[in-house]
Amino acid sequence: MNTLKRFAGVLWMISGPLAIYYLITTGMSEINKKPVIDTKIQWGVFIIVFIPIAVGIMIFGYYAIKGEYDHLPESSQEIKD
Amino acid sequence: MNQPTNEVQSIRRIIAASSVGTLIEWYDFYIFGSLAPVIASQFFPKTNPTAALLSTLATFAAGFIVRPFGALVFGRLGDLIGRKYTFLLTLIIMGSATFAIGLVPGYGTIGFAAPVIILILRLLQGLALGGEYGGAATYVAEHAPPKRRGFFTSWIQTTATLGLFLSLGIILITRHILDEDRIKSIAKFNDWGWRIPFLVSIFLVAISVYIRLRMRESPLYAKLKTEGRTSVNPLKESFTHRGNLKMVLLALFGATMGQGVVWYTGQFYAQSFIETVCKVDFDQSRTILLWAILFSTPFFVVFGNWSDKAGRKWIMMAGMLLAILTYRPLFGKLFMIADEKNKTELPDKKEINTTIKPIASTESSLRIVTTKRLFEDGMMLTETKTDTAYAAAERTTLKPDIKLSKQLGQTDYWMMVGIIFIMIIYVTMVYGPIAAFLVELFPTKIRYTSMSLPYHIGNGIFGGLTPFIALLLTTIYTGDKLVGLYYPIIVAAVCLLIGVLYLKGKIDPDVND
Repeated sequence: MNTLKRFAGVLWMISGPLAIYYLITTGMSEINKKPVIDTKIQWGVFIIVFIPIAVGIMIFGYYAIKGEYDHLPESSQEIKD
Repeated sequence: MNQPTNEVQSIRRIIAASSVGTLIEWYDFYIFGSLAPVIASQFFPKTNPTAALLSTLATFAAGFIVRPFGALVFGRLGDLIGRKYTFLLTLIIMGSATFAIGLVPGYGTIGFAAPVIILILRLLQGLALGGEYGGAATYVAEHAPPKRRGFFTSWIQTTATLGLFLSLGIILITRHILDEDRIKSIAKFNDWGWRIPFLVSIFLVAISVYIRLRMRESPLYAKLKTEGRTSVNPLKESFTHRGNLKMVLLALFGATMGQGVVWYTGQFYAQSFIETVCKVDFDQSRTILLWAILFSTPFFVVFGNWSDKAGRKWIMMAGMLLAILTYRPLFGKLFMIADEKNKTELPDKKEINTTIKPIASTESSLRIVTTKRLFEDGMMLTETKTDTAYAAAERTTLKPDIKLSKQLGQTDYWMMVGIIFIMIIYVTMVYGPIAAFLVELFPTKIRYTSMSLPYHIGNGIFGGLTPFIALLLTTIYTGDKLVGLYYPIIVAAVCLLIGVLYLKGKIDPDVND
């Protein structure tokens, strides 16, 4: 199970840049198709909000690869830096 | 014998005091969303581009982006000064902002200041909501006995849905009681009556503040404070310490992200779908949701209680899996129920009425043709076509405005209630146990901060954007009316995969750490 968790980490790490690429290309194409303020705000909001989340899933993937999730803490004493 | 009885009474008081306040906050937050078209016409005239821009910002920023910031600001306060005063503060901010929205003069009276004030008040609402939930859930969980944490916190989980129920109910009632004539009543509501649901909020908040003032601080937090073990910098501890950050990320990607999209699809996108895609009329689309909420709300407590025995993980994961597998057939069925192509029309009952209204200072007129068609199963379809009848006979309106509205027959109406009920059952599965799950994931000294952020990113951003992204997908990929469902399905599927792989099924017996 732990091996699977670590391998899946690669998937999460890749999904971050893929999501950012999809967001930016689709956003640009939609803004070019309909260059009104509503479209710009909508896609601007989506891109600004989802990029940090995409970075978050990359960090999650990195932790998974490193084996941080092999054992989850049973108590707060186990949560260490 | 007396001690357990007192304990039960005490925890009931705690749940009631916390839940009433949280319910009112959700009510305050939802009335703005439910009345968005009316508010837009009063404060954000489309003729003024800057006001229209503020309207878009009010809808997006306050509801979705600001909530996680509220979680950070008030979560930090809750871990620094205590749960009780923090969620008292969020309640006062929310109540004052809501009441003030009901008092702001329209764009026609004070001009550009009106949309600016509304935007600021809406931002305050979003911030307050971001701080409220984490406080209430933490407060109840820290009072609850270990084996009943899921059951007790599930009462807090009912408040979001009941807040929606209350807001829809008060709006529908107010819309119909302002005049004996239904059409005049709706006109009065759109003119000034919309303010009533906002103003009513002040009484609800006053009662809740009074109740909350009498509450005591959470015993676990009070103990930490007495021992001098509270966090000095909860934000730093929550998000820069690797050990805790990894749990915040796990909570977001393995639980709240999927829970958020299942919640917003089952309640908000479903209602928007039956109104805008199926064309079910305003009142029916709301009463369908009201019935479904009424029947399904007890299941928050059922699943919360069950999670104390079976664990939180698998109930939440099962809710996500069911949603992923059945959303397309369920929404397809909703569309089919309202589709007139599947019904037999009664041609002799067809009515056509034409009204001509002269347009001032021109020779042309506004022509409104209303066609009513009745079907065997009792459905009535009303088509209102508006165009300009020009004085010059050869000139016609290129694209007349056509509005469709369907009044469903009894059988179809209750079938829709049944389908939405099923979708809200999924909501109860993913949402009922989640407060206990989040509380158990984080230590007491940074619990408010740590659990609030993934909750509000999952619900405010992933969940809150569901109706917008789903609608956007239907405009990009126009061939499939159900294409919007791919967003919640994909997000829930990723979350399910992460949750199944990485979350543990075991209940934490001790949150006193």
